[in-house]
Amino acid sequence: MPFDDSAPIIEIKNVSKYFGDFKALADVSLEISSGERVVICGPSGSGKSTLIRCVNRLESHEEGHVFVSGTELTDARASLMKVRSDVGMVFQQFNLFPHLKVIDNLTLGPRRALGLSEEAARARAMEYLERVQIPEQAEKYPLQLSGGQQQRVAIARSLCMEPRILLFDEPTSALDPEMINEVLDVMVELAGSGMTMVVVTHEMGFARRVADRMVFMDGGEIVEVAETEAFFTAPKSRRCRAFLDKILNH
Amino acid sequence: MKRAILLLSVFLFVAGCSGNWGWYVVDPRTPTGWINLTFMMRGAYYTLAISVVAISISVVVGLIIALPGLSKNKYLRGINRTYVEVVRSVPILVLILWVFYGLPELTGIRLNVFWAGVFALALSDSAFQAEIFRAGIQSIRRGQYEAAQSISLNYVDTMRFVILPQAIRRILPALGNQLVYMIKMSSLVSVIGLQDLTRNARELVVTEYRTLEIYTILVLEYLVIILIVSAGVRWLERRLQESERG
Repeated sequence: MPFDDSAPIIEIKNVSKYFGDFKALADVSLEISSGERVVICGPSGSGKSTLIRCVNRLESHEEGHVFVSGTELTDARASLMKVRSDVGMVFQQFNLFPHLKVIDNLTLGPRRALGLSEEAARARAMEYLERVQIPEQAEKYPLQLSGGQQQRVAIARSLCMEPRILLFDEPTSALDPEMINEVLDVMVELAGSGMTMVVVTHEMGFARRVADRMVFMDGGEIVEVAETEAFFTAPKSRRCRAFLDKILNH
Repeated sequence: MKRAILLLSVFLFVAGCSGNWGWYVVDPRTPTGWINLTFMMRGAYYTLAISVVAISISVVVGLIIALPGLSKNKYLRGINRTYVEVVRSVPILVLILWVFYGLPELTGIRLNVFWAGVFALALSDSAFQAEIFRAGIQSIRRGQYEAAQSISLNYVDTMRFVILPQAIRRILPALGNQLVYMIKMSSLVSVIGLQDLTRNARELVVTEYRTLEIYTILVLEYLVIILIVSAGVRWLERRLQESERG
């Protein structure tokens, strides 16, 4: 496993987050090393999505600190630019830009935010479309594609920004069952490339296959963090055991 | 629509034959009728020019006014609310009179009839455009902003490449509506002397005394212009939709 000794690429320290009176995250701490693959699971409403959204500042936290490759996340412009260029995100609902062709979805960020030329951005986009195995869809509009294809385009769009960290927020939850595997295959391939990945998912087969560590959340807290094998064979907490029993037994 | 126009023409033809009508004033087969008719139609130039110039300005101003209305900052939202509420509560005719007769006394700058009209129409319409844009932008799902942020786009690029192109597609019917409304409201500028369709019709009435025929032609002139504009807007709508869903 590619653990290295250098400082963690993501550091979450005593983070709390409220939505009104509701405490979405309660004193959460977690460190993730460069190249590590972490899967976060837990019942809905447990705060897993909120946690990874705090890592690229789509949500702000009220208490505690989040560092991404050494930079603390604040509302300062420099901090935001840094984190957004280091961290890519794949959403449950894909969030492709429906009015732009697939190729233009992919080149927009590199051209406008990274300053690549039209040709360089196109070349890069085609490279990543090959990687997610749908180069032939480049000239189509997102709504002409299947859900699985759309999510693969979304993954390619994130990759085009060449982030150091890729966050996945339930990437297969909005997909029809027969399309889940084509997306997971792409993610497995990515995991093999050394990308730092933080994945919120209920796909335990995938988790077992690629995760270095598992995180179990419930009620806004991190209840258990363990190496993948230990997590599945001998979960320590009662809540985690109950959750795993529920989702593995059918 | 086609049937309605056909029925209307048949009615006018029959009524015109009854002897109570005097279509000769605008009969293109007689020299005077031809001169009168072309005189009336020449007004279309100013009607279209003032409407197009005014709507171009009001769309831009409306967008600029809409943006602070979407802010989290309540003072910025306050600016938006104040502008919209004040501007849209002034009747257009009153605004035209105020800009043309009142404003020069206040500022010493006298706008000519055309630009006074443009100013009043654009100002009045911008409040409505601001509301249309605000609604359109608010209808875009949050995920679109988040996706734009996640690929490092700044606010201006997010608006320019992601949010506005989608919002404008959605508000196109409303924008078309405003254009039609603008063309109709431009007739009010005739009161300060703009030589538009309405003004020319009224001048012709003064010399020919055939109110019914001349104003009927005036109605038809607006009808034709607006039918063409509506068809154009619908064509644009269809084209933009096709490009998304193919």
